[in-house]
Amino acid sequence: MSTSIIEQVQVKELVARGIVKQFPGVLASDHVNFDVHSGEIHTLLGENGAGKSTLMKILYGMYRPDAGEVLINGTPVRFHSPLDAIRQGIGMVHQHFMLVPTFTVAENVALGLPSSRRVVLDLDIVSRRIEELAKTYGLHVDPQAKVWQLSVGEQQRVEILKVLYRGASLLILDEPTAVLTPQEVEEFSETLRRMINEGHAIVFISHKLHEVLALSDRITVLRNGRVVDTVLAADATKEGLARLMVGREVILQVEHPEVTYGDVRLAVHGLSANGDSGLPALRGVDLEVRASEILGLAGVSGNGQKELAEVIAGMRSSTSGQVFFDGTDVTGSLPGKLLDHGLSYIPEERMVDGTVRDFSVEENLILKDHHRQPYAHGVFMDFTKIASESDRLIEAFDIRTPSRHTPLKSLSGGNIQKLILARELSRNPSVLVAAQPTRGLDVSATEYVHRRLIEQRSAGTATLLISEDLDEILNLADRIAVIYEGRIMGIVERGNVDVEQIGLMMAGVSEQTTK
Amino acid sequence: MTWAVIVGILSSGIRLATPYLYAAVGETIGQVSGVLNLGVDGVMLMGAYVAFFVALRTGSLSLGLIAGAGIGAMFGLIMAFISVTLKAEQGISGIGLYLFGLGLSTFLFGVTIKNVQTIDGFPDLAIPALSRIPVIGEIFFQHNILVYVAFALVPIAWFVLNKTPFGLKVRAVGQNPEAADSLGVNVSRVRYLTVTLGGMLSGIAGASLSIALLNTFQQNLTNGMGFIAVALVYFGGWRVSGVLLGSLLFSTVNAVQLWLQVKGVTIPSDFLLMMPYIVTILVLAAMANRRVNAPAALNKRFERGES
Repeated sequence: MSTSIIEQVQVKELVARGIVKQFPGVLASDHVNFDVHSGEIHTLLGENGAGKSTLMKILYGMYRPDAGEVLINGTPVRFHSPLDAIRQGIGMVHQHFMLVPTFTVAENVALGLPSSRRVVLDLDIVSRRIEELAKTYGLHVDPQAKVWQLSVGEQQRVEILKVLYRGASLLILDEPTAVLTPQEVEEFSETLRRMINEGHAIVFISHKLHEVLALSDRITVLRNGRVVDTVLAADATKEGLARLMVGREVILQVEHPEVTYGDVRLAVHGLSANGDSGLPALRGVDLEVRASEILGLAGVSGNGQKELAEVIAGMRSSTSGQVFFDGTDVTGSLPGKLLDHGLSYIPEERMVDGTVRDFSVEENLILKDHHRQPYAHGVFMDFTKIASESDRLIEAFDIRTPSRHTPLKSLSGGNIQKLILARELSRNPSVLVAAQPTRGLDVSATEYVHRRLIEQRSAGTATLLISEDLDEILNLADRIAVIYEGRIMGIVERGNVDVEQIGLMMAGVSEQTTK
Repeated sequence: MTWAVIVGILSSGIRLATPYLYAAVGETIGQVSGVLNLGVDGVMLMGAYVAFFVALRTGSLSLGLIAGAGIGAMFGLIMAFISVTLKAEQGISGIGLYLFGLGLSTFLFGVTIKNVQTIDGFPDLAIPALSRIPVIGEIFFQHNILVYVAFALVPIAWFVLNKTPFGLKVRAVGQNPEAADSLGVNVSRVRYLTVTLGGMLSGIAGASLSIALLNTFQQNLTNGMGFIAVALVYFGGWRVSGVLLGSLLFSTVNAVQLWLQVKGVTIPSDFLLMMPYIVTILVLAAMANRRVNAPAALNKRFERGES
């Protein structure tokens, strides 16, 4: 490709042999063998903590292995920093985007590279090269646009362009589809296919099984730092992969027992609200959730889901419309008041709105009820009671933590989510708003969260489940509402779901005509 | 108020903008890379003292200027070491640097110069032809060399920050150092450079007071000008053009205030002296919500995520 501006070899084959990496207390890579060659997508699959990230960071020069070797086209290589890896033709797209939001696309791409005009920037030339690359790989994005104005899918294209622009022939993609909408995933896989056809090699990291099966040529499953198996995608099944990953049978589809619905617990009438930018995000939303019912809210990210959850939880004010809990108008009530009404809330941003990073596990568990029985008597806190209740919740919700005093920030994402579940569900809520409850969680943690939500449903809780993962909604919900640009496009009963129709409503194409 | 008075006020407004421009442009470059240096006033005092002392002893204004710039760069380097290498809280280390500069310049003045003396500073340099244009010439083209350089600095700094690969790195490091680091940009090196450069310009700002504008040195000569320079960076929205506008507004209000004092208006001079500061506070309060251009990583230490 003439568009590459750094001279580098094309990676025809990368082989990692006997990689060992020891961290204090954990053997993150235990004699791992892995290889990938030009023209193939090789997926690394594994639970959180299985050693995917460690291996990836070794391949990209961020970690140095304690033992083992990496060979590129048969020659051993040693990386001291990502820069060495970049020079060898390896590029990486991080799960958390590494972009400067106030810069244009071209500026983000040009950052750190020498200019063809030496001391003066050559952004016009960079832009032209970006457009050529965009055309070759179907990565359409305006080089002049500021990154903060782009959708998440477009930002990801910028990340891939950055890597391709630097002439990478081996791309490491860390959970690239986690943030994409179904349509964007489709475009993304098209891009991957084009890159493969151009002779690139791709290491793909994911735990979404159906995508892994659809996209990969080969799949290597890691567990506890060891390679469990490497299989051809063509021979693999979802169930088989899940079993390899977790080491036991996994129930991918949770049971959905018959229940009798009760009275309407949560009702939202004509609700409108503005988003952070001050523009309308909700435009007259009507929803009702009954006791023992899970109402799933499906939709592409950024169509008002976040704002709806925040208004119901009392964290954002509405511009018109009402919210009712058990028939009582609670519109505009403060969060504390809503807690007294029996609301539990699993926020989308678990590290920002759900927990306090620097507090201990125990302190995070009592956040919402620290001021009342049994944790407090008047102005005094009952530390004995707090300790015993915390230990009980840690046990009951299987929160993996060294102790109840451990700071929250040292827990894994899955365990933090279990902690939030423990806090929210132990309050025995009348209404539960669960926003993206399994985002970023691995298979076993997801299975666990799903089981708990169904248990809570059987216990009579009215649940509003907001998720961008359509499979999750199809699995759990009794009824499915689809939101698009702040409006409910339609509500479908579990019994007669037409995925095609839901997809169209999510894209805002068709509004439900019947009912 | 006559024509002559207005021309006089505007002309001294241009002159008085000089120290603010050097200091605020230097501080802008540092802040755009994500380092807040509150010690500007202390660095200016050191620059002013050293430049004056060297000029007084050697008789050479150029040597004085170089020495002032040099001590400023040294103080910038100290700030970079504390905030980038030692990763100390930027705001507090800046205040420390200010107090150090204030104390050291007072002490050295007491030991070496002892009483207030004056020198002949950089002379006014009328630009041929241009200076003879009526009104305009008198306002803009009859100043000393340091005034012209200060104004020339504005487009140069703009060009470097916005049109060069180095400027791109500086801005990236101030907005998202992790992203810059992942592309092989050396975050620490960029910040060392910008903060040292900022210190050098603060040193020149001080020198412009002691050997070009006031032509003397005494304890706390700057009287808080360095803090105003920091405020001007916010005022200017981290753009050098905004900093230029702010410096001019501030120095012109100052010139009016000086004129009122000279005229012997019956307002107590203490109130007149407050005028520029009150204007600054009002403008800053009015702009409080306009932080669109603010460097996202300002005042945050950068640590690499991996081992």
